[in-house]
Amino acid sequence: MAIRKRKPNGSAPILEVRNLTTYFYTEDGVVKAVDGVDFFVRHGEVLGLVGESGCGKSITSLSILRLIDRPGEIVAGEVVFEGDDLLKKPMADMVDIRGDRISMIFQQPKSSLNPVFTIGDQIVEVFEIHEQADKEAAWEKAVGLLRLVGIADPESKAHTYPHQLSGGQAQRVMIAMAMALQPELLIADEPTTALDVTIQAQILDLIRELNEATGTAVILITHDLGLIAEMADRVAVMYAGRIVEEVEVETLFKQALHPYTQGLIDSIPVLGAVKERLNTIPGGVPNLIDLPPGCRFAPRCRAREEYGLSICTEVEPSLAEAKPGHKVRCWLYEDHSGHDAPLKPREAKARKKDRP
Amino acid sequence: MTALPSQPNGRNSKLVEVRNLVKYFPVRGGVLQQVVAHVQAVDDVSFEIIEGETLGLVGESGCGKTTVGRTMLRLEEPTSGQVLFSGVDTLSLKGDDLKRLRREMQIVFQDPFASLDPRLPIGESIAEGLIIHGAGNARERYAQVIEALGRVGLEVYHANRYPHEFSGGQRQRIGIARALVMSPRFIVLDEPVSALDVSIQAEVLNILKELQDSMGLTYLFVAHNLAVVEHISDRVAVMYLGKIVEVAGRADLFHNPLHPYTQALMSAIPMPDPTLKRDRVILKGDVPSPLNPPSGCRFHPRCPIAEERCSVEEPLLRELKPGHTVACHFADQFVMS
Repeated sequence: MAIRKRKPNGSAPILEVRNLTTYFYTEDGVVKAVDGVDFFVRHGEVLGLVGESGCGKSITSLSILRLIDRPGEIVAGEVVFEGDDLLKKPMADMVDIRGDRISMIFQQPKSSLNPVFTIGDQIVEVFEIHEQADKEAAWEKAVGLLRLVGIADPESKAHTYPHQLSGGQAQRVMIAMAMALQPELLIADEPTTALDVTIQAQILDLIRELNEATGTAVILITHDLGLIAEMADRVAVMYAGRIVEEVEVETLFKQALHPYTQGLIDSIPVLGAVKERLNTIPGGVPNLIDLPPGCRFAPRCRAREEYGLSICTEVEPSLAEAKPGHKVRCWLYEDHSGHDAPLKPREAKARKKDRP
Repeated sequence: MTALPSQPNGRNSKLVEVRNLVKYFPVRGGVLQQVVAHVQAVDDVSFEIIEGETLGLVGESGCGKTTVGRTMLRLEEPTSGQVLFSGVDTLSLKGDDLKRLRREMQIVFQDPFASLDPRLPIGESIAEGLIIHGAGNARERYAQVIEALGRVGLEVYHANRYPHEFSGGQRQRIGIARALVMSPRFIVLDEPVSALDVSIQAEVLNILKELQDSMGLTYLFVAHNLAVVEHISDRVAVMYLGKIVEVAGRADLFHNPLHPYTQALMSAIPMPDPTLKRDRVILKGDVPSPLNPPSGCRFHPRCPIAEERCSVEEPLLRELKPGHTVACHFADQFVMS
């Protein structure tokens, strides 16, 4: 593996998501899938967006491209891409942006390809729509792209149909299509989850190479902290529709602040480091229709009990900078002295001891 | 060398022995639907499982690991080979004898959403096996269901609830309870945590370990995730394209993998440590089709150290270290003391 090139930290954001809020209006109630999400991506950077199923990470990415259909709706927020708020643009402009300036790859590469066209035709279509290129030149470019993403014998592979490809090859084709117009931002939503590990390694290598060669910024959405550690420069952790922690990747693994992030990191079995018992996070994710008051993680939080904080179940903490460049949404790091009856950590511990 | 788990009675007896197991699936085609080819899902696989231990069976999709587990329980009939369960050849059993055997060998499936009947309260789902085997009366069965629920950390009132009322992790515990209620000695765990989120996965893995300790169960743990397999197994067998390529004690396998495929598999796993710089072995190409596996060593087209001999001569499993066998002509160079 090539040693990862660190990107300069100071470069300006290419994308800024502010207070993004996407709700689904179902018969059972309003599902608050994405509820006030803030984050940014710098030029040339790989931002990891990590969380467990149902935390809203995929809906966040679909909302950025405004690919939300009824009963879903983006109800608030801004998605500022290179100075323009995408949520305010007419839909027709979005068509030009998708694929050209921001492109996306999905978890199931085979269901993202059209089964009745050859893969060559599908890549050519990208050039025809966005560049009005003539068919022959576009075909040539398509073959070149297939070669770039490591498809063996691209001239003849361009004439094959998606069902003739393996999962890894199909994902390579998806990446070829996504990179066709050299977008400024690539959103990769669980790009390797459906693939075997040896194929996953190939695809990750490819995404990293493209990121380094073209400077395309990447939002990598995944549930796999291993992937985050290997690929991301900075990480945003999502829980129940909110970002709960955001920091540079090495700090996240060395010194995560949010009890949820800590629990998540401790619960994965690590190759070569066998533990007798794995750490668990008690309980389950809250119902997004009926969220708990206060911090959404509070019902599962051991730290809250340990420190005896009563404020957690009453008032939600904000995503605030606990240390320079390290944001966290947790009362442990925020001043809650104004609140009525927060127990001081020491008192709480003393009380706990008194209990039988 | 990893120690085999200590036996309460001080012996290391083989509970399960698989000998030269072969499973081909016919592929039909043409107008007459004749057999045109065979998928060689499992091709001459042999291993044993010691009573009380967990054998991890790891490999990528399509390598035949699930078929091995299913064939051992005779959910699939093998093409040839033997499966011995405490010395009895299970493949020769019929009728009541087979039924009795099945109580002792249970399975937990990957998808806890698909493997429970949505119209049955879970208590009834769990009791189904007992009813089929005519075990006890309704009251006794109920008591056993409650006991099984308790063992996996669920409450009595859960028995009357339906599958949709449970989370993924809880459903997988129900799946485990359904296996436990039969008081088995051996359980095949077929990717039991791969459909679960990491925090839930940890909880299920902990329960499986606790149950093994308290009930002396023997597991075959089938999975694709090496880190999970390492966590739970005493010994590990690695499969590639229908063949076992390496078997070793857990610590030995992970510290000194001898087969180039095992090495590649291990180096491909993303590690949750961003400061780690690893020399990654990235395999070229895809897994070949089991319809028409490569000649000689099945791994040779993707192998970084393959030589001409590998495409002609199939390597046999040989023991290069005590308890550590590998099927590779050139693995000797990797042996560390």
